[in-house]
Amino acid sequence: MVELSNKIAAMITFEELEEIIDIIKNLHGYDVSGYTRSSLKRRVTRIMELNKLDLVELKSKLINQPGFSTYLLQEITVNVTEMFRDPEFYKALKNDVFPYLATYPHIKLWSAGCSTGEEVYSLAILLKEAGLYQRSFIYGTDINTKVLEKAKRGIYSLAKVKDYSENFIKTDPKSSLSEYYTAMYNAATINNSLKKNVLFSQHSLVSDRVFNEFQLITCRNVLIYFDTNLQEKVLDLFYNSLCHLGFLCLGSKESLINYKNAAKFKVVNKKHNIYQKIG
Amino acid sequence: MERKILLLAGSAGGFSVILNILKALERPIQIPVIVIVHRNPKYASSIEDTLSKALLQKIKTADDKEAIADGTIYFAPAGYHLLIEPDYSFSLDISEPVQYSRPSIDVTFESAAEVYKENCTAILFSGANQDGAEGLLMIKKYGGSTFVQDPLDAEVPIMPKAAIELNAQDKILTIAEIKDYIMQLT
Repeated sequence: MVELSNKIAAMITFEELEEIIDIIKNLHGYDVSGYTRSSLKRRVTRIMELNKLDLVELKSKLINQPGFSTYLLQEITVNVTEMFRDPEFYKALKNDVFPYLATYPHIKLWSAGCSTGEEVYSLAILLKEAGLYQRSFIYGTDINTKVLEKAKRGIYSLAKVKDYSENFIKTDPKSSLSEYYTAMYNAATINNSLKKNVLFSQHSLVSDRVFNEFQLITCRNVLIYFDTNLQEKVLDLFYNSLCHLGFLCLGSKESLINYKNAAKFKVVNKKHNIYQKIG
Repeated sequence: MERKILLLAGSAGGFSVILNILKALERPIQIPVIVIVHRNPKYASSIEDTLSKALLQKIKTADDKEAIADGTIYFAPAGYHLLIEPDYSFSLDISEPVQYSRPSIDVTFESAAEVYKENCTAILFSGANQDGAEGLLMIKKYGGSTFVQDPLDAEVPIMPKAAIELNAQDKILTIAEIKDYIMQLT
């Protein structure tokens, strides 16, 4: 006979997912209704598997157990990231965008949906290499406070950082990545000098507003988790947060193609989805 | 009209079989086709471009939030999971690899299962790990049609064998039988 796996026991339907979305929204004020359903369903199913919950138990915990919704929200956001993910993108940033940024006396950057901070430190290193770090300030934001704690610490697994070194080499750097962290046992700690001009704080792309004006915003592999309406809303937020001629960097599978204000941006690098606000 | 979908998936030894079947088609397949194969993003290929010249129908990498259209063959992009939304569009996901794979066959199969239910047909080909087996079972559970390439026929039988162990298939087919099956969809 077929033995049903955990996965199938923890299965929920799209309709049941809507009930969970409603509970989270009505009881806890978190609105995930703009998230893509199939991805959200996977994440919720995974949490059910991990905690060995069926749908009734999940709903009961959401309603009755303090803190469970926060846990759920932390677990449903995707927090997979790496340093210098898509090295070619960072190379394009350095070659196509940094010469513009160099003309500003102060450079403000925003890494939106920064998760555990790897992208923020990658930007910091890239700026440092270009001699721009001293006059830069990077804001790293995420909805998930748990990942932000990790980002602030800036301590990563040494094995992973060694993989990131390979990414870094592909950006044609002046130095080796090992100059930017201290290795101890199995951990790599990002140098304090790279944390000086960096601030991590909570910000929800769904419900929070413009909080500063930036010369550059990166938001890579975040929009794919949002439906087209929420994508549009978040792109508006970025548009309104950029200075005139500011830059917007999206993930390798994200573009402005369906954005109503696409004409207000110039394509700086098509392959790596780097745009400049011109209108 | 009910929307239908055909899913073709494999890894080692499966990709070339899928390509050969597609290349041998004399007429376009009417319903949308999604191909999920494990491939290294570092060598993210221009296979879609090469293939589109050889084929009679539109072939492309699936884009985020793209509406799934009839007569088109979509490939899961290297480095991303490919999911299907209840409104019959794609969405991409870059969360952890599943079965060491991204794109993972399980992920696409599982999301297609509920959206297409009995109108989902999936064929699992030769491959070197167990990705796809649970997803195939999910499609079967939702009433879809599930086939696996005969392990005796497969270059690397691990993937079809894993599905057979779960009894996730309606039928085990030889390459020739798979060809005939797909041909009748044209």
